[in-house]
Amino acid sequence: MKTRYTLGSKILTACFVVLSLGWLIPVFEVVINSFKENSYINMEAFALPNSESFMGWANYLKGLTFGNYPFMKSAFYSVVITLLSVALILVFCSMSAWYIARVNNRIAKIFYYLCLFSMIVPFQMVMFTLTFTADRLKLNTPWTIPVVYLGFGAGLAIFMFVGFVKGLPLAIEEAAAIDGCGPVRTFFLVVLPMLKPTLISVGILETMWVWNDYLLPYLVLDRTEFRTIPIHVQYLKGSYGTVDLGATMAVIMMSIIPIIIVYLFCQKHIIKGVAAGAVKG
Amino acid sequence: MKKFFAMLLALAMVLSLAACGEKKDDTAETGSVYYLNFKPEADQAWQDLAKLYTEKTGVEVKVETAASGTYSETLTAEMGKSAMPTLFQCGNAQGLLDWGDYCLDFTGSKVLGEMTTSDFNLTDDNGAVKAIGYCYEAFGIIVNKALLAEAGYELADIKDFASLKEIAEDIHARKDALGFDAFSSAGLDGSSSWRFSGHLANMPLYYEFRDDNVTKQPAEITGAYLDNYRNIWDLYINNASMDKTSLTSGTGDMSTGEFKAGKAVFYQNGTWEYAGLVEAGLKAEDLAMIPIYCGVEGEEKAGLACGTENCWAVNAKASEADIQATLDFLYWVVTSEEGTKMMAEQFGPIPFKAAKESENVFFNDANAYMANGNYTVTWAFNHTPNVDAWRAGVVSALAAYSADQTDANWEGVKTAFVAGWANEYKTQNG
Amino acid sequence: MRKNDLRKKKKDNSDVNSVLLRRSIQKWTPLFILPTFFCFIIGFIWPFLQGIYLSFCNFNTPKDAKWVGITNYVKAFSDPGFGKAFWNTAAFAAVSIVVINVLAFAIAFALTQHMKGANVFRTVFFMPNLIGGVVLGYIWQMIFDAILKQYNTYITANATYGFWGLVILVAWQQIGYMMIIYIAGLQAVSGDMLEAAKIDGADGWKTLFHVTIPNIMPTITICTFLTLTNSFKLFDQNMALTGGNPIVTMADGSKLKMTEMLALNIYSTYNINKNWHGVAQAKAVVFFILVAVLAIAQLSATRNKEVQQ
Repeated sequence: MKTRYTLGSKILTACFVVLSLGWLIPVFEVVINSFKENSYINMEAFALPNSESFMGWANYLKGLTFGNYPFMKSAFYSVVITLLSVALILVFCSMSAWYIARVNNRIAKIFYYLCLFSMIVPFQMVMFTLTFTADRLKLNTPWTIPVVYLGFGAGLAIFMFVGFVKGLPLAIEEAAAIDGCGPVRTFFLVVLPMLKPTLISVGILETMWVWNDYLLPYLVLDRTEFRTIPIHVQYLKGSYGTVDLGATMAVIMMSIIPIIIVYLFCQKHIIKGVAAGAVKG
Repeated sequence: MKKFFAMLLALAMVLSLAACGEKKDDTAETGSVYYLNFKPEADQAWQDLAKLYTEKTGVEVKVETAASGTYSETLTAEMGKSAMPTLFQCGNAQGLLDWGDYCLDFTGSKVLGEMTTSDFNLTDDNGAVKAIGYCYEAFGIIVNKALLAEAGYELADIKDFASLKEIAEDIHARKDALGFDAFSSAGLDGSSSWRFSGHLANMPLYYEFRDDNVTKQPAEITGAYLDNYRNIWDLYINNASMDKTSLTSGTGDMSTGEFKAGKAVFYQNGTWEYAGLVEAGLKAEDLAMIPIYCGVEGEEKAGLACGTENCWAVNAKASEADIQATLDFLYWVVTSEEGTKMMAEQFGPIPFKAAKESENVFFNDANAYMANGNYTVTWAFNHTPNVDAWRAGVVSALAAYSADQTDANWEGVKTAFVAGWANEYKTQNG
Repeated sequence: MRKNDLRKKKKDNSDVNSVLLRRSIQKWTPLFILPTFFCFIIGFIWPFLQGIYLSFCNFNTPKDAKWVGITNYVKAFSDPGFGKAFWNTAAFAAVSIVVINVLAFAIAFALTQHMKGANVFRTVFFMPNLIGGVVLGYIWQMIFDAILKQYNTYITANATYGFWGLVILVAWQQIGYMMIIYIAGLQAVSGDMLEAAKIDGADGWKTLFHVTIPNIMPTITICTFLTLTNSFKLFDQNMALTGGNPIVTMADGSKLKMTEMLALNIYSTYNINKNWHGVAQAKAVVFFILVAVLAIAQLSATRNKEVQQ
């Protein structure tokens, strides 16, 4: 019995090793091509860089210095926008979600359904009107655009938070209330810690969205002063659609690496969070 | 619930109406310039020039560049903002249709007085000058004369389609011995396909419009010269190194790359390529541009295809002060030492009195043909209705045809060309 | 006997609010709701309502809108490309929902079975999500073309390649995302319950279908909802991978983009010219209503299952 279990587990692990390697091919593609000369990228996409096509770090240097806008500046604004937006979303949406789940009156329900609605509205529908509104309200800087993100990203966050709050046992919150804890303290001291795993998952999902988002910041931000990494990538293209593929691949690598680090760092917390947060049931 | 929505909807309407009626911003009496630039390659040059102008005159000039391929969305978004562009790009029939209301009439302005030709300007039915062509370009087949000589030919041997075909096929047959092929690859990826759905397609369009005396956008075309289009396209793809089934992934860079590396004798493109080619090490005296021959009668008297899609328009809905500031700025750009120098470097020869000489040999070729009495092929494709969609249809059909060069597949190209035109005309005006 | 116990537990849990809490929280309504709601109005409701208004207008920019009534809707419905895009989207959604959820669940399930290196695998599967949609599209186009080249063809040669290419791309991207949610759900299924099922003599499959799956119904609801809306709203990947190609020109000159989905259709309608901005806006409204109906139907269907069990 025991040996069979281990054998099965070994086979499964082996299968997953193969599957994972297959899964990584596209990412691997980006890595190898980021070191290749432009003309070789299209001709032999799968080929490893050889002495003829190898460029060393040249593509990376080009990516860093391209045009009149330094990559590090784009990276800085990307970080600012992402951090601010995700922080806003996590704090305010978890508060609203708790309210919606626990109060559950008419306003709460309307708000909840509006949030669901917002998840299914195509961005194209509000593309120009949102740009217009954001411009009027001067939400066109990295410091103010998080307001737009909070508004447009609230749907998914609230949806997920409400789902998880509903799964939390009422007893703990009730106990806190009976002990004389006000709602604000109950939320921040009791509910929020229990929400940790969800905070992390929502945090990651929203981070990825904001970090990779192109059209919204492109339309809303004042681009002469502020660019984000996806905008930067778009500007690597020439006016007739010519793409500096090598530099683009290098910039993609530079934009993926920080987010992978963030993810790896948070992953530890997800597992811990899920393990510790299993108060349920 | 219903009531709630109805109320919100009503509120929305009222507020947007209020927004419509809002007054234009008259922030500063001096006015400022906001240019929405079209060409990412020229962004740095414009920024520097703007800074210089501000230092000299104190007038604020802001230059923003739209990311590649997104000019129309960007312009729409920017025009919706409170600080609208005061200067923008409006290059063809489509642009005029969309933004005609926003285009100031240049008539009587100082900058118009500096122009040497009105050939490249866009005027409306009432004769108002809505946009001025600030540079012009020519396209044709770029030839590497050194390689041509290596293959045993000289430029004068190419007089028409028949001779071009003979030479190209001969070179292609001996490509292994020579170490280069006749044509650079005819990629149909987005960065390259416009060379064929736009520029090459100009040949059948030009000859048809010439025969039928078409001067305005026609609702329908006949495709009378499509066989010639097929001739030249077949010549391109049959005598190049690239696999015909993978043309859709062929980029402009690949094609340029082959030509720069000396792997192809012929390369269809325009004057704007000159700087890049020289920079890549090709010698100016080895380069020449010849007309695109496609087997039309009398084509040995053809010249290069000259025209422009690059026109400036001034926003008529901007404030008086901003309009004046913008016109002043334009005047300075086309008359001052710094401005004309920048324009010559970025755009080649410009149709203004104070224009600097350009070293671009392709323009010399274009002028030589003209001086020789050859007819200039105009940019008939500027009449294309709903241009991006029409081209996309042609490219898709061309790709299918190239993978399998049958008559049946060519019918697909014809349909996309002729029926596609009529349909896009309807769509555009519908 | 045990089953009854489980059911009872679940019922206690589903009681999500108490009067005690509700009253005290309601005193703090402004603090909890207003900041989000305010931003929600700016970032969503207001532009959305204005969008609806504009769908009845002819406009170039929102500033110069002119009321034209339902003309835009008439034009939208008489556009064959819109219908084609709808069927493309529906087919794509049906296939990708099944593929993504089954695979994501299978992977999540395997990874929660005390597997060696589960963390590494999890990271690997999630990786594609870290790359933006447009970039993914270009990378996959490169890969598909490199593969199809062996067979003398290319990704946009026919609609079938484009369709399955898009399914593979999106599955590859979203399986990791859904897997994370499934893992969280699976880890919340109490070990006691599974232990109990084992003692009761249920084998692996029975446990899976009678204990595990019913207990993660809320997770399944979330994941199917997300995949449904994601596939309907899919835009970046569609644009970058095939851009709607190949295009078939009918004899009358009208074009059908064979792999174009709704969001891309709306976007390209926008770009025709200013006469079509309003039509695109009208299409977006129709699109929105459609997705709303579908999503509500889907939610109520899976929610029903949650209650029943």
